Amino acid sequence: MPTTEKDQLVHSLAGLALFADLGDPDLEAIADPECERRFAEGERVLRRGLSGAGFYVILDGEANVLIADDEPRRLRRGDFFGEVSTLLDCRPTADVVARTTLHCLEIPGPRLEAFLLQYPQVTYRMLQTVTRRLRDLLQ
Amino acid sequence: MPPDERPFPPGDYPVVVVGSGPGGLQASYCLSRLGVEHAVISRDESPGGMFSVCPIFERLLSWTKPDAPAAPGTRAYEWYDHNSLVAQEPELQALVPPLMDRAFMVPSREEMELGLTAFAERAPVSVRYGCHWEGTRRDDDGRLVIDTSDGEYRAQAVVFAIGVTTPWRSPIPGIEVVPHYIETRRPHDYRGRRVFVIGKRNSGFEIADGLLPWARQVILGSPRPVKTAVMAQASVRARYLQPYEDASLGGGTFALDLAVERIEKRESGWRVVGSGTTQPGPIDLEVDDVIAATGFSAPLLDLEQLDVRSVAQGRIPALTPFWESGPGSGIFFAGNATQGAPGLRKHGVGNASAAVHGFRYNARVMARRLAVAHLGIRLPREQIDPGSLVPYLLDELTTAPELWAQKSYLARAVTADGETEIVPLAHFIDEAGPDAVAVAVEMDAAGSMYPAVYRRRNGAIRERLLPPNVLNEFRGPDYERELREML
Repeated sequence: MPTTEKDQLVHSLAGLALFADLGDPDLEAIADPECERRFAEGERVLRRGLSGAGFYVILDGEANVLIADDEPRRLRRGDFFGEVSTLLDCRPTADVVARTTLHCLEIPGPRLEAFLLQYPQVTYRMLQTVTRRLRDLLQ
Repeated sequence: MPPDERPFPPGDYPVVVVGSGPGGLQASYCLSRLGVEHAVISRDESPGGMFSVCPIFERLLSWTKPDAPAAPGTRAYEWYDHNSLVAQEPELQALVPPLMDRAFMVPSREEMELGLTAFAERAPVSVRYGCHWEGTRRDDDGRLVIDTSDGEYRAQAVVFAIGVTTPWRSPIPGIEVVPHYIETRRPHDYRGRRVFVIGKRNSGFEIADGLLPWARQVILGSPRPVKTAVMAQASVRARYLQPYEDASLGGGTFALDLAVERIEKRESGWRVVGSGTTQPGPIDLEVDDVIAATGFSAPLLDLEQLDVRSVAQGRIPALTPFWESGPGSGIFFAGNATQGAPGLRKHGVGNASAAVHGFRYNARVMARRLAVAHLGIRLPREQIDPGSLVPYLLDELTTAPELWAQKSYLARAVTADGETEIVPLAHFIDEAGPDAVAVAVEMDAAGSMYPAVYRRRNGAIRERLLPPNVLNEFRGPDYERELREML
């Protein structure tokens, strides 16, 4: 059983599909305490139209993606967001708002490329998820 | 027994400030300026907080230029002096630079402590020293109750300026018996020894640099690589680069990217076992000494019971943009512990809330917020002539120390009728409000600084980034034209 916060952070990452292929040393390196974020219910995490956003992975809690008048899309533990604006270096086209208290790992935008190149297994998992979203959209 | 002449006996106060380091002194000064009655209590015996013991090797990390492009005592000079507390009275401004021996661009901790003591005496900031905060709860009326070694305090709001002062060790089996950074012995005690330092952040490199002239070999290890690009532009670079120079000369120093799996105490010396991260593979070392330069945590005691959440592996309180534990909680933080409020972190660039030059402005903004939101005090806002809005904003972008210290965290906001104040940028963007404009200084990942303008009209925010300038001069016709166009 993890007993400390650091263990919990590593343990929490290990339980996510995105990081499923990584061993402990890699998980420890990723579990950067500087990248741990907590948001209160209702707090905005990603802001539509604002430059310089990051890439987020949800460790705990839920968030809503808000695009114009569409029904909010629900994000849960293990889901990630912010990849479009960081990979394409553009401003987010949606707001992401914490639906409950939200615990995330943030990879700052300028560090995402190096991160994805360093951990190709994560990149592959991410590609699968993004492709799945594309398929759902096309169906 | 002589009568207790200390100020602020236990009892009811509108606000209680806990702590007498730079964060506590700055918060108390700012509350006083707003006419907010409050008590200040501290477990210490004198002002200065952590600077009485840290950094171990005496020199601070934050710079001050005794002579700079702006004159000491002015608001513009504050940007060149990252160590003095700030005040409206010129005689309370820039107290640290005259105390510096000018051997380095950073003060020694003794010089820093003297500067803080001078501020406390002259402002003055009264403190009940030797009064230990021991517990916290809420009474039936919703007021906060602070249990201390001297008795009970009750307040509508409490400002915790308690620093990040409790030695923290990363959870590695065997680390419990490893001496912490704070327990580092005198450097010559390490003469001829092989030393392993856990941690490659400021304190790890400070120890490595301090021991370099004495130790036989210094090896640093932690999972994540050192951010050399960040290092090259920081005032800590001398400390970082000397161990690196030794490493590049083949002098025996190593900075390893290593997840330490366990540490074993031997009859003489230690064994350190781990696996490489950047370069995978097992690492097994025999050394004479191990030092855990693994950082500190904020001593939050029982605050979790009052829904104070934490980040950074439980070490730092998670805070709102106004440095409150949650909206309306009345539990505010000042000083180093305010780094748990992330702000926008645009391009991954963090704020300067962990250092005096950042958190001294947080305290000023926090004091206003506390007074208005919790005590119902009506505070007049500064007023500018709406006709001079454009030159005013450009002048602020070029010279306002708040905007330079707290990039993309603090912004200068002006409403359509000319009311102005410094606010957290996240608050300006996320909360509803009248038509207004806010400007902030921002930095991209490459370290280029540029002005950013946020216009709020009918509740919607529009962002516009202005180009950088090689001399960081954001005044002049080109900027005026662009800003006018947007407004």
